[in-house]
Amino acid sequence: MNNPGERHMLQITGAAKSYNGQTVFSGLNLAVEREQFTVLVGPSGCGKSTLFDGLTGAIGLDRGRISWNHEILTHLGHHAAYMQQKDLLLPWFSLMENALLPAKTGKQDMVQMEPVAQKLFVRLGLNGYESHYPHEISGGMRQRCALVRTLMFNRDLILLDEPLSALDAITRRSLQSLLLLLQTAFKKTLLMITHDIEEALLLGDEVYLFSSQPMRIKERFVLDQPKPRLFSDPGLLKIKRHMLEQLEGAL
Amino acid sequence: MKLIDFIPAVLVAIILGLWEGATRFMEIPIFILPPPSSIFTTAVVKAPLILPHAATTFSEIILGIFMALGTAVPLAIIMFAKPALEKTLAPFLVASQAIPVFAIAPLLVVWLGYGIASKVFMAWIIIFFPITISLLSGLKSCDPEFRVLFRLMGASFYDTLRWLYWPWALPQFFAGLKVGVTVATIGAVIGEWVGAQQGLGYLMIQSNARLQVDLVFAAILWLTAMGLGLWILVGVVENRIIKWKV
Ligand SMILES: Nc1ncnc2c1ncn2[C@@H]1O[C@H](COP(=O)(O)OP(=O)(O)OP(=O)(O)O)[C@@H](O)[C@H]1O
Ligand SMILES: [Mg+2]
Repeated sequence: MNNPGERHMLQITGAAKSYNGQTVFSGLNLAVEREQFTVLVGPSGCGKSTLFDGLTGAIGLDRGRISWNHEILTHLGHHAAYMQQKDLLLPWFSLMENALLPAKTGKQDMVQMEPVAQKLFVRLGLNGYESHYPHEISGGMRQRCALVRTLMFNRDLILLDEPLSALDAITRRSLQSLLLLLQTAFKKTLLMITHDIEEALLLGDEVYLFSSQPMRIKERFVLDQPKPRLFSDPGLLKIKRHMLEQLEGAL
Repeated sequence: MKLIDFIPAVLVAIILGLWEGATRFMEIPIFILPPPSSIFTTAVVKAPLILPHAATTFSEIILGIFMALGTAVPLAIIMFAKPALEKTLAPFLVASQAIPVFAIAPLLVVWLGYGIASKVFMAWIIIFFPITISLLSGLKSCDPEFRVLFRLMGASFYDTLRWLYWPWALPQFFAGLKVGVTVATIGAVIGEWVGAQQGLGYLMIQSNARLQVDLVFAAILWLTAMGLGLWILVGVVENRIIKWKV
Protein backbone atom coordinates (compact mmCIF):
# COMPACT_ATOMS: atom_id res chain seq x y z
CA MET A 1 0.00 0.00 0.00
CA ASN A 2 3.01 2.25 -0.04
CA ASN A 3 2.67 2.83 -3.75
CA PRO A 4 1.65 6.50 -3.91
CA GLY A 5 -0.43 5.80 -7.00
CA GLU A 6 -2.86 3.85 -4.86
CA ARG A 7 -4.00 6.93 -3.01
CA HIS A 8 -4.26 9.14 -6.02
CA MET A 9 -7.51 9.14 -7.81
CA LEU A 10 -6.32 11.65 -10.36
CA GLN A 11 -2.78 12.16 -11.52
CA ILE A 12 -1.67 14.69 -14.09
CA THR A 13 1.83 14.27 -15.44
CA GLY A 14 3.76 16.60 -17.70
CA ALA A 15 0.75 18.63 -18.82
CA ALA A 16 1.56 21.34 -21.35
CA LYS A 17 -0.47 23.92 -23.23
CA SER A 18 0.51 26.93 -25.28
CA TYR A 19 -1.48 29.48 -27.23
CA ASN A 20 0.18 30.98 -30.31
CA GLY A 21 3.65 30.10 -29.08
CA GLN A 22 2.93 31.48 -25.63
CA THR A 23 3.42 28.73 -23.06
CA VAL A 24 0.62 28.75 -20.50
CA PHE A 25 2.17 25.78 -18.67
CA SER A 26 4.48 22.92 -19.43
CA GLY A 27 5.69 19.93 -17.47
CA LEU A 28 2.96 20.43 -14.91
CA ASN A 29 2.37 17.63 -12.41
CA LEU A 30 -0.54 17.40 -10.03
CA ALA A 31 -2.02 14.60 -7.98
CA VAL A 32 -5.39 14.56 -6.28
CA GLU A 33 -6.16 12.16 -3.50
CA ARG A 34 -9.48 10.43 -3.08
CA GLU A 35 -11.97 12.30 -0.89
CA GLN A 36 -9.55 15.15 -0.46
CA PHE A 37 -10.21 18.82 -0.98
CA THR A 38 -7.45 20.19 -3.21
CA VAL A 39 -7.36 23.91 -3.82
CA LEU A 40 -5.47 25.81 -6.52
CA VAL A 41 -4.53 29.43 -5.98
CA GLY A 42 -2.58 31.65 -8.36
CA PRO A 43 -2.40 35.07 -9.95
CA SER A 44 -5.09 36.00 -12.45
CA GLY A 45 -4.41 34.79 -15.97
CA CYS A 46 -1.79 32.25 -14.96
CA GLY A 47 -3.65 29.36 -16.59
CA LYS A 48 -5.75 27.66 -13.92
CA SER A 49 -8.95 27.64 -15.98
CA THR A 50 -6.95 26.49 -18.99
CA LEU A 51 -5.82 23.49 -16.96
CA PHE A 52 -9.45 22.71 -16.10
CA ASP A 53 -10.42 23.11 -19.75
CA GLY A 54 -7.81 20.51 -20.57
CA LEU A 55 -9.11 18.20 -17.83
CA THR A 56 -12.73 18.47 -18.92
CA GLY A 57 -11.81 18.11 -22.58
CA ALA A 58 -13.10 21.54 -23.55
CA ILE A 59 -9.66 22.04 -25.11
CA GLY A 60 -6.94 19.56 -25.96
CA LEU A 61 -3.70 19.67 -24.03
CA ASP A 62 -0.52 19.76 -26.13
CA ARG A 63 1.16 17.15 -23.97
CA GLY A 64 0.56 15.37 -20.73
CA ARG A 65 -0.91 12.27 -19.23
CA ILE A 66 -4.13 12.17 -17.27
CA SER A 67 -4.42 9.08 -15.16
CA TRP A 68 -7.70 8.29 -13.50
CA ASN A 69 -7.77 5.36 -11.08
CA HIS A 70 -4.71 4.02 -12.94
CA GLU A 71 -6.43 4.33 -16.25
CA ILE A 72 -4.94 6.69 -18.85
CA LEU A 73 -7.55 9.05 -20.31
CA THR A 74 -7.47 11.88 -22.83
CA HIS A 75 -9.81 13.87 -20.58
CA LEU A 76 -12.13 13.44 -17.61
CA GLY A 77 -15.25 14.04 -19.68
CA HIS A 78 -17.36 11.31 -18.15
CA HIS A 79 -15.73 11.04 -14.74
CA ALA A 80 -15.95 14.55 -13.34
CA ALA A 81 -18.62 17.11 -12.66
CA TYR A 82 -17.79 20.73 -13.29
CA MET A 83 -19.01 23.95 -11.79
CA GLN A 84 -17.96 27.48 -12.59
CA GLN A 85 -18.40 31.04 -11.45
CA LYS A 86 -21.38 31.31 -13.82
CA ASP A 87 -24.22 29.10 -12.64
CA LEU A 88 -25.14 28.14 -16.23
CA LEU A 89 -28.73 27.42 -15.27
CA LEU A 90 -31.03 27.12 -18.27
CA PRO A 91 -33.58 29.94 -18.11
CA TRP A 92 -36.33 27.86 -19.75
CA PHE A 93 -36.21 25.18 -17.06
CA SER A 94 -37.41 25.39 -13.48
CA LEU A 95 -34.86 24.84 -10.71
CA MET A 96 -35.89 21.20 -10.34
CA GLU A 97 -35.71 20.61 -14.10
CA ASN A 98 -32.27 22.19 -14.12
CA ALA A 99 -31.13 20.01 -11.25
CA LEU A 100 -32.44 16.86 -12.92
CA LEU A 101 -30.80 17.61 -16.24
CA PRO A 102 -27.63 15.52 -15.69
CA ALA A 103 -29.80 12.58 -14.63
CA LYS A 104 -31.95 12.98 -17.73
CA THR A 105 -29.10 13.36 -20.23
CA GLY A 106 -27.12 10.62 -18.48
CA LYS A 107 -30.11 8.28 -18.91
CA GLN A 108 -30.31 7.65 -15.20
CA ASP A 109 -33.43 6.22 -13.64
CA MET A 110 -35.63 9.28 -13.08
CA VAL A 111 -37.96 7.59 -10.59
CA GLN A 112 -34.93 7.01 -8.43
CA MET A 113 -33.22 10.35 -9.05
CA GLU A 114 -36.12 12.71 -8.35
CA PRO A 115 -36.25 11.98 -4.61
CA VAL A 116 -32.46 12.36 -4.53
CA ALA A 117 -32.74 15.83 -6.05
CA GLN A 118 -35.62 16.64 -3.72
CA LYS A 119 -33.48 15.72 -0.70
CA LEU A 120 -30.65 17.89 -1.98
CA PHE A 121 -33.06 20.81 -2.39
CA VAL A 122 -34.00 20.45 1.26
CA ARG A 123 -30.40 20.06 2.32
CA LEU A 124 -29.28 23.18 0.46
CA GLY A 125 -32.28 25.21 1.57
CA LEU A 126 -33.99 25.37 -1.80
CA ASN A 127 -37.16 23.51 -0.85
CA GLY A 128 -40.24 25.39 -1.91
CA TYR A 129 -38.44 26.80 -4.92
CA GLU A 130 -38.50 23.66 -7.10
CA SER A 131 -40.83 25.13 -9.69
CA HIS A 132 -39.33 28.62 -9.67
CA TYR A 133 -37.34 29.80 -12.67
CA PRO A 134 -33.71 30.95 -12.42
CA HIS A 135 -34.57 34.62 -13.04
CA GLU A 136 -36.91 34.56 -10.07
CA ILE A 137 -34.27 33.78 -7.44
CA SER A 138 -31.13 35.37 -6.03
CA GLY A 139 -27.56 34.76 -7.17
CA GLY A 140 -26.77 32.73 -4.07
CA MET A 141 -29.79 30.49 -4.63
CA ARG A 142 -28.88 30.06 -8.28
CA GLN A 143 -25.42 28.93 -7.28
CA ARG A 144 -26.89 26.52 -4.75
CA CYS A 145 -29.09 25.11 -7.52
CA ALA A 146 -25.99 24.76 -9.70
CA LEU A 147 -24.42 22.90 -6.79
CA VAL A 148 -27.37 20.48 -6.66
CA ARG A 149 -27.03 19.94 -10.40
CA THR A 150 -23.30 19.31 -9.99
CA LEU A 151 -24.09 16.64 -7.41
CA MET A 152 -26.68 15.11 -9.72
CA PHE A 153 -23.89 14.32 -12.18
CA ASN A 154 -23.29 11.47 -9.77
CA ARG A 155 -19.53 11.58 -10.29
CA ASP A 156 -16.79 11.04 -7.72
CA LEU A 157 -14.67 14.02 -8.72
CA ILE A 158 -15.93 17.59 -8.79
CA LEU A 159 -14.01 20.39 -10.47
CA LEU A 160 -14.85 23.84 -9.18
CA ASP A 161 -13.61 26.96 -10.98
CA GLU A 162 -14.14 29.91 -8.66
CA PRO A 163 -17.62 28.62 -7.83
CA LEU A 164 -18.39 31.32 -5.28
CA SER A 165 -16.50 34.35 -6.53
CA ALA A 166 -19.59 36.06 -7.96
CA LEU A 167 -21.31 36.06 -4.58
CA ASP A 168 -21.31 38.53 -1.71
CA ALA A 169 -19.17 37.74 1.32
CA ILE A 170 -22.00 36.52 3.55
CA THR A 171 -23.57 34.23 0.96
CA ARG A 172 -20.10 32.97 0.13
CA ARG A 173 -19.45 31.93 3.74
CA SER A 174 -22.66 29.93 3.90
CA LEU A 175 -21.95 28.25 0.56
CA GLN A 176 -18.43 27.40 1.69
CA SER A 177 -19.90 25.19 4.37
CA LEU A 178 -22.01 23.52 1.69
CA LEU A 179 -18.85 22.83 -0.32
CA LEU A 180 -17.41 21.24 2.78
CA LEU A 181 -20.53 19.11 2.93
CA LEU A 182 -19.70 17.72 -0.51
CA GLN A 183 -16.53 16.30 0.96
CA THR A 184 -17.77 15.17 4.36
CA ALA A 185 -21.33 14.00 3.67
CA PHE A 186 -21.15 13.06 -0.01
CA LYS A 187 -17.59 11.70 -0.02
CA LYS A 188 -16.66 13.61 -3.12
CA THR A 189 -13.14 14.38 -4.24
CA LEU A 190 -12.82 18.08 -4.90
CA LEU A 191 -10.45 20.15 -6.99
CA MET A 192 -11.18 23.83 -6.67
CA ILE A 193 -9.75 27.04 -8.09
CA THR A 194 -10.18 30.16 -5.99
CA HIS A 195 -8.83 33.66 -5.57
CA ASP A 196 -9.98 33.82 -2.00
CA ILE A 197 -7.05 32.74 0.16
CA GLU A 198 -9.22 32.46 3.25
CA GLU A 199 -11.55 30.17 1.36
CA ALA A 200 -8.59 28.05 0.28
CA LEU A 201 -7.32 27.75 3.83
CA LEU A 202 -10.73 27.07 5.36
CA LEU A 203 -11.57 24.28 2.93
CA GLY A 204 -8.39 22.82 1.53
CA ASP A 205 -6.58 19.72 2.66
CA GLU A 206 -3.92 20.60 0.16
CA VAL A 207 -3.41 24.05 -1.28
CA TYR A 208 -1.26 24.66 -4.32
CA LEU A 209 0.13 28.10 -4.99
CA PHE A 210 0.88 28.70 -8.65
CA SER A 211 3.25 31.18 -10.22
CA SER A 212 2.24 33.52 -13.02
CA GLN A 213 2.73 32.43 -16.63
CA PRO A 214 4.23 30.00 -17.48
CA MET A 215 2.28 28.45 -14.65
CA ARG A 216 4.15 26.16 -12.31
CA ILE A 217 3.67 25.02 -8.74
CA LYS A 218 5.38 27.52 -6.51
CA GLU A 219 4.44 26.01 -3.21
CA ARG A 220 2.28 23.27 -1.76
CA PHE A 221 0.68 23.49 1.66
CA VAL A 222 -0.70 20.50 3.49
CA LEU A 223 -3.30 21.57 6.03
CA ASP A 224 -4.28 19.04 8.64
CA GLN A 225 -6.29 21.33 10.89
CA PRO A 226 -9.69 19.70 11.51
CA LYS A 227 -12.67 21.14 9.69
CA PRO A 228 -14.79 23.20 10.05
CA ARG A 229 -11.93 25.59 10.66
CA LEU A 230 -11.85 28.98 12.21
CA PHE A 231 -9.76 31.65 10.70
CA SER A 232 -8.35 32.70 14.04
CA ASP A 233 -6.07 29.64 13.92
CA PRO A 234 -2.56 31.13 14.15
CA GLY A 235 -1.16 28.47 11.81
CA LEU A 236 -3.64 29.44 9.09
CA LEU A 237 -3.01 33.14 9.58
CA LYS A 238 0.69 32.57 9.13
CA ILE A 239 0.15 30.68 5.88
CA LYS A 240 -2.23 33.37 4.68
CA ARG A 241 0.34 36.12 5.24
CA HIS A 242 2.94 34.05 3.47
CA MET A 243 0.68 33.36 0.49
CA LEU A 244 -0.31 37.00 0.17
CA GLU A 245 3.36 37.98 0.08
CA GLN A 246 4.02 35.38 -2.58
CA LEU A 247 1.05 36.52 -4.69
CA GLU A 248 1.97 40.17 -4.41
CA GLY A 249 5.51 39.33 -5.36
CA ALA A 250 4.20 37.62 -8.48
CA LEU A 251 2.46 40.76 -9.74
CA MET B 1 -49.80 53.85 -21.28
CA LYS B 2 -47.46 56.74 -21.80
CA LEU B 3 -47.83 59.60 -24.20
CA ILE B 4 -45.21 58.11 -26.51
CA ASP B 5 -47.37 55.01 -27.05
CA PHE B 6 -49.96 57.15 -28.82
CA ILE B 7 -47.52 58.66 -31.29
CA PRO B 8 -47.96 55.95 -33.98
CA ALA B 9 -51.75 56.25 -33.81
CA VAL B 10 -51.57 60.05 -33.94
CA LEU B 11 -49.17 59.89 -36.89
CA VAL B 12 -51.49 57.55 -38.81
CA ALA B 13 -54.44 59.84 -38.06
CA ILE B 14 -52.52 62.88 -39.35
CA ILE B 15 -51.51 61.13 -42.57
CA LEU B 16 -55.05 59.88 -43.18
CA GLY B 17 -56.43 63.36 -42.41
CA LEU B 18 -54.06 65.03 -44.87
CA TRP B 19 -54.86 62.41 -47.47
CA GLU B 20 -58.60 62.85 -46.94
CA GLY B 21 -58.29 66.64 -47.06
CA ALA B 22 -56.07 66.66 -50.13
CA THR B 23 -58.38 64.42 -52.17
CA ARG B 24 -61.43 66.49 -51.21
CA PHE B 25 -60.10 70.04 -51.51
CA MET B 26 -57.85 69.44 -54.51
CA GLU B 27 -60.68 67.51 -56.15
CA ILE B 28 -58.51 64.60 -57.16
CA PRO B 29 -60.69 62.23 -59.21
CA ILE B 30 -61.69 59.07 -57.35
CA PHE B 31 -60.17 56.86 -60.10
CA ILE B 32 -56.72 58.44 -59.45
CA LEU B 33 -56.63 58.55 -55.65
CA PRO B 34 -59.73 57.85 -53.60
CA PRO B 35 -59.94 59.37 -50.10
CA PRO B 36 -59.37 56.97 -47.18
CA SER B 37 -63.02 57.23 -46.18
CA SER B 38 -64.21 55.78 -49.48
CA ILE B 39 -61.50 53.09 -49.34
CA PHE B 40 -62.75 51.98 -45.94
CA THR B 41 -66.34 52.07 -47.15
CA THR B 42 -65.46 49.99 -50.21
CA ALA B 43 -63.47 47.53 -48.12
CA VAL B 44 -66.49 46.96 -45.93
CA VAL B 45 -69.36 47.27 -48.41
CA LYS B 46 -67.63 45.14 -51.05
CA ALA B 47 -66.62 42.54 -48.47
CA PRO B 48 -68.79 39.82 -50.05
CA LEU B 49 -66.87 40.34 -53.30
CA ILE B 50 -63.45 40.63 -51.66
CA LEU B 51 -63.78 37.83 -49.14
CA PRO B 52 -63.41 34.82 -51.50
CA HIS B 53 -60.33 36.45 -53.04
CA ALA B 54 -58.88 37.16 -49.59
CA ALA B 55 -59.55 33.55 -48.57
CA THR B 56 -57.60 32.30 -51.60
CA THR B 57 -54.63 34.57 -50.93
CA PHE B 58 -54.74 33.73 -47.24
CA SER B 59 -54.61 29.99 -47.87
CA GLU B 60 -51.72 30.49 -50.29
CA ILE B 61 -49.82 32.36 -47.60
CA ILE B 62 -50.62 29.84 -44.86
CA LEU B 63 -49.65 26.89 -47.04
CA GLY B 64 -46.46 28.70 -48.03
CA ILE B 65 -45.62 29.34 -44.38
CA PHE B 66 -46.17 25.73 -43.39
CA MET B 67 -44.15 24.46 -46.33
CA ALA B 68 -41.37 26.88 -45.42
CA LEU B 69 -41.46 25.76 -41.78
CA GLY B 70 -41.49 22.11 -42.80
CA THR B 71 -38.41 22.54 -44.95
CA ALA B 72 -36.46 25.41 -43.34
CA VAL B 73 -36.46 23.97 -39.81
CA PRO B 74 -35.03 20.55 -40.77
CA LEU B 75 -32.56 22.16 -43.17
CA ALA B 76 -31.30 24.62 -40.55
CA ILE B 77 -30.89 21.80 -38.03
CA ILE B 78 -29.09 19.55 -40.51
CA MET B 79 -26.78 22.40 -41.56
CA PHE B 80 -26.12 23.10 -37.88
CA ALA B 81 -25.39 19.46 -37.08
CA LYS B 82 -23.12 18.98 -40.10
CA PRO B 83 -20.97 22.08 -40.67
CA ALA B 84 -19.49 20.46 -43.79
CA LEU B 85 -22.97 20.35 -45.27
CA GLU B 86 -23.51 23.98 -44.33
CA LYS B 87 -20.40 24.94 -46.27
CA THR B 88 -21.69 23.02 -49.28
CA LEU B 89 -25.22 24.36 -49.15
CA ALA B 90 -24.61 27.96 -48.10
CA PRO B 91 -23.61 29.18 -51.60
CA PHE B 92 -26.80 27.67 -53.07
CA LEU B 93 -28.90 29.30 -50.40
CA VAL B 94 -27.35 32.68 -51.02
CA ALA B 95 -27.61 32.22 -54.78
CA SER B 96 -31.28 31.34 -54.42
CA GLN B 97 -31.76 34.75 -52.82
CA ALA B 98 -29.75 36.52 -55.51
CA ILE B 99 -32.24 35.30 -58.15
CA PRO B 100 -35.01 37.88 -58.31
CA VAL B 101 -37.91 35.68 -57.31
CA PHE B 102 -40.36 37.97 -59.08
CA ALA B 103 -38.56 37.41 -62.36
CA ILE B 104 -39.29 33.70 -62.25
CA ALA B 105 -42.95 34.20 -61.32
CA PRO B 106 -44.10 33.88 -64.96
CA LEU B 107 -42.14 30.64 -65.26
CA LEU B 108 -43.77 29.28 -62.12
CA VAL B 109 -47.17 29.93 -63.65
CA VAL B 110 -46.08 28.05 -66.77
CA TRP B 111 -44.79 25.16 -64.70
CA LEU B 112 -47.36 24.98 -61.94
CA GLY B 113 -50.40 26.48 -63.59
CA TYR B 114 -52.88 29.25 -62.81
CA GLY B 115 -54.06 27.59 -59.61
CA ILE B 116 -52.77 28.21 -56.13
CA ALA B 117 -49.72 25.92 -56.48
CA SER B 118 -47.57 28.53 -58.19
CA LYS B 119 -48.46 31.15 -55.54
CA VAL B 120 -47.82 28.80 -52.64
CA PHE B 121 -44.47 28.05 -54.22
CA MET B 122 -43.69 31.78 -54.51
CA ALA B 123 -44.60 32.42 -50.88
CA TRP B 124 -42.59 29.36 -49.84
CA ILE B 125 -39.33 30.37 -51.53
CA ILE B 126 -39.61 33.88 -50.17
CA ILE B 127 -40.15 32.84 -46.53
CA PHE B 128 -37.83 29.87 -46.63
CA PHE B 129 -34.64 31.92 -46.57
CA PRO B 130 -35.27 34.20 -43.56
CA ILE B 131 -36.46 31.27 -41.46
CA THR B 132 -33.49 29.05 -42.35
CA ILE B 133 -30.93 31.77 -41.79
CA SER B 134 -32.40 33.09 -38.55
CA LEU B 135 -32.81 29.62 -37.06
CA LEU B 136 -29.32 28.57 -38.13
CA SER B 137 -27.69 31.65 -36.66
CA GLY B 138 -29.77 31.23 -33.51
CA LEU B 139 -28.55 27.65 -33.10
CA LYS B 140 -24.98 28.73 -33.73
CA SER B 141 -25.15 31.57 -31.21
CA CYS B 142 -25.38 29.12 -28.31
CA ASP B 143 -22.88 29.88 -25.56
CA PRO B 144 -19.91 27.43 -25.73
CA GLU B 145 -19.91 27.13 -21.92
CA PHE B 146 -23.35 25.56 -22.07
CA ARG B 147 -22.17 23.20 -24.78
CA VAL B 148 -19.31 22.05 -22.54
CA LEU B 149 -21.79 21.53 -19.72
CA PHE B 150 -23.99 19.31 -21.89
CA ARG B 151 -21.00 17.39 -23.16
CA LEU B 152 -19.84 16.75 -19.61
CA MET B 153 -23.32 15.56 -18.70
CA GLY B 154 -22.95 13.00 -21.46
CA ALA B 155 -25.90 14.42 -23.42
CA SER B 156 -26.62 13.05 -26.89
CA PHE B 157 -26.91 15.45 -29.83
CA TYR B 158 -30.67 15.01 -29.80
CA ASP B 159 -30.95 15.84 -26.09
CA THR B 160 -28.64 18.82 -26.50
CA LEU B 161 -30.74 19.98 -29.44
CA ARG B 162 -34.08 19.86 -27.67
CA TRP B 163 -32.96 21.08 -24.26
CA LEU B 164 -30.26 23.58 -25.21
CA TYR B 165 -29.88 24.60 -28.85
CA TRP B 166 -33.56 24.74 -29.81
CA PRO B 167 -34.80 26.89 -26.90
CA TRP B 168 -31.69 29.01 -27.26
CA ALA B 169 -32.48 29.66 -30.94
CA LEU B 170 -36.21 30.31 -30.47
CA PRO B 171 -36.04 34.13 -30.17
CA GLN B 172 -34.08 34.40 -33.42
CA PHE B 173 -36.31 31.81 -35.07
CA PHE B 174 -39.37 33.90 -34.25
CA ALA B 175 -37.67 37.07 -35.49
CA GLY B 176 -37.12 35.29 -38.83
CA LEU B 177 -40.66 33.94 -38.87
CA LYS B 178 -42.06 37.44 -38.32
CA VAL B 179 -40.13 38.73 -41.32
CA GLY B 180 -41.29 35.65 -43.21
CA VAL B 181 -45.02 36.03 -42.62
CA THR B 182 -45.00 39.69 -43.62
CA VAL B 183 -43.11 39.15 -46.88
CA ALA B 184 -45.17 36.05 -47.66
CA THR B 185 -48.04 38.30 -48.82
CA ILE B 186 -45.71 39.83 -51.41
CA GLY B 187 -44.91 36.42 -52.86
CA ALA B 188 -48.53 35.38 -53.09
CA VAL B 189 -49.68 38.65 -54.67
CA ILE B 190 -46.90 38.73 -57.27
CA GLY B 191 -47.82 35.18 -58.20
CA GLU B 192 -51.44 36.25 -58.63
CA TRP B 193 -50.51 39.29 -60.72
CA VAL B 194 -48.73 37.11 -63.22
CA GLY B 195 -51.62 34.76 -63.71
CA ALA B 196 -54.47 33.63 -61.51
CA GLN B 197 -58.21 33.10 -61.44
CA GLN B 198 -58.75 34.11 -57.85
CA GLY B 199 -57.00 36.05 -55.10
CA LEU B 200 -56.47 39.63 -53.94
CA GLY B 201 -53.66 40.15 -56.48
CA TYR B 202 -56.00 39.02 -59.25
CA LEU B 203 -58.73 41.32 -57.93
CA MET B 204 -56.29 44.26 -57.92
CA ILE B 205 -55.28 43.70 -61.54
CA GLN B 206 -58.92 43.37 -62.62
CA SER B 207 -60.08 46.47 -60.72
CA ASN B 208 -57.11 48.50 -61.88
CA ALA B 209 -57.95 47.76 -65.49
CA ARG B 210 -61.51 48.99 -64.86
CA LEU B 211 -60.24 52.11 -63.05
CA GLN B 212 -61.93 50.91 -59.83
CA VAL B 213 -59.06 52.36 -57.84
CA ASP B 214 -61.03 52.32 -54.58
CA LEU B 215 -61.33 48.54 -54.94
CA VAL B 216 -57.58 48.27 -55.58
CA PHE B 217 -56.95 50.16 -52.37
CA ALA B 218 -59.55 48.11 -50.52
CA ALA B 219 -57.68 44.94 -51.61
CA ILE B 220 -54.42 46.45 -50.39
CA LEU B 221 -56.10 47.24 -47.08
CA TRP B 222 -57.19 43.62 -46.73
CA LEU B 223 -53.69 42.42 -47.60
CA THR B 224 -52.16 44.74 -45.02
CA ALA B 225 -54.62 43.56 -42.40
CA MET B 226 -53.74 39.94 -43.21
CA GLY B 227 -49.99 40.55 -42.98
CA LEU B 228 -50.42 42.51 -39.76
CA GLY B 229 -52.71 39.85 -38.33
CA LEU B 230 -50.19 37.09 -39.03
CA TRP B 231 -47.41 39.18 -37.55
CA ILE B 232 -49.43 39.71 -34.37
CA LEU B 233 -50.36 36.02 -34.28
CA VAL B 234 -46.70 34.98 -34.46
CA GLY B 235 -45.96 37.46 -31.66
CA VAL B 236 -48.69 35.93 -29.49
CA VAL B 237 -47.38 32.41 -30.11
CA GLU B 238 -43.87 33.61 -29.36
CA ASN B 239 -44.92 35.13 -26.05
CA ARG B 240 -46.73 31.93 -25.08
CA ILE B 241 -43.70 29.77 -25.82
CA ILE B 242 -40.88 32.01 -24.64
CA LYS B 243 -41.87 32.77 -21.09
CA TRP B 244 -38.40 32.86 -19.64
CA LYS B 245 -36.09 35.82 -19.12
CA VAL B 246 -32.40 35.43 -19.86
N1 LIG C 1 -8.58 30.50 -26.44
C1 LIG C 1 -7.45 31.15 -26.07
N2 LIG C 1 -6.62 31.69 -27.00
C2 LIG C 1 -5.49 32.32 -26.64
N3 LIG C 1 -5.10 32.50 -25.38
C3 LIG C 1 -5.88 32.01 -24.40
C4 LIG C 1 -7.10 31.30 -24.69
N4 LIG C 1 -7.66 30.93 -23.52
C5 LIG C 1 -6.83 31.39 -22.55
N5 LIG C 1 -5.76 32.01 -23.07
C6 LIG C 1 -4.68 32.62 -22.30
O1 LIG C 1 -4.23 31.69 -21.36
C7 LIG C 1 -3.88 32.35 -20.17
C8 LIG C 1 -4.49 31.67 -19.00
O2 LIG C 1 -5.89 31.91 -18.99
P1 LIG C 1 -6.81 31.25 -17.87
O3 LIG C 1 -8.20 31.62 -18.15
O4 LIG C 1 -6.48 29.81 -17.75
O5 LIG C 1 -6.30 32.00 -16.56
P2 LIG C 1 -6.78 31.82 -15.05
O6 LIG C 1 -5.62 31.39 -14.26
O7 LIG C 1 -7.99 30.98 -15.00
O8 LIG C 1 -7.13 33.32 -14.69
P3 LIG C 1 -8.28 33.86 -13.72
O9 LIG C 1 -7.78 33.57 -12.33
O10 LIG C 1 -8.31 35.32 -13.99
O11 LIG C 1 -9.54 33.15 -14.04
C9 LIG C 1 -4.25 33.81 -20.32
O12 LIG C 1 -3.10 34.55 -20.54
C10 LIG C 1 -5.13 33.83 -21.52
O13 LIG C 1 -4.94 35.01 -22.24
MG1 LIG D 1 -10.07 31.34 -14.55
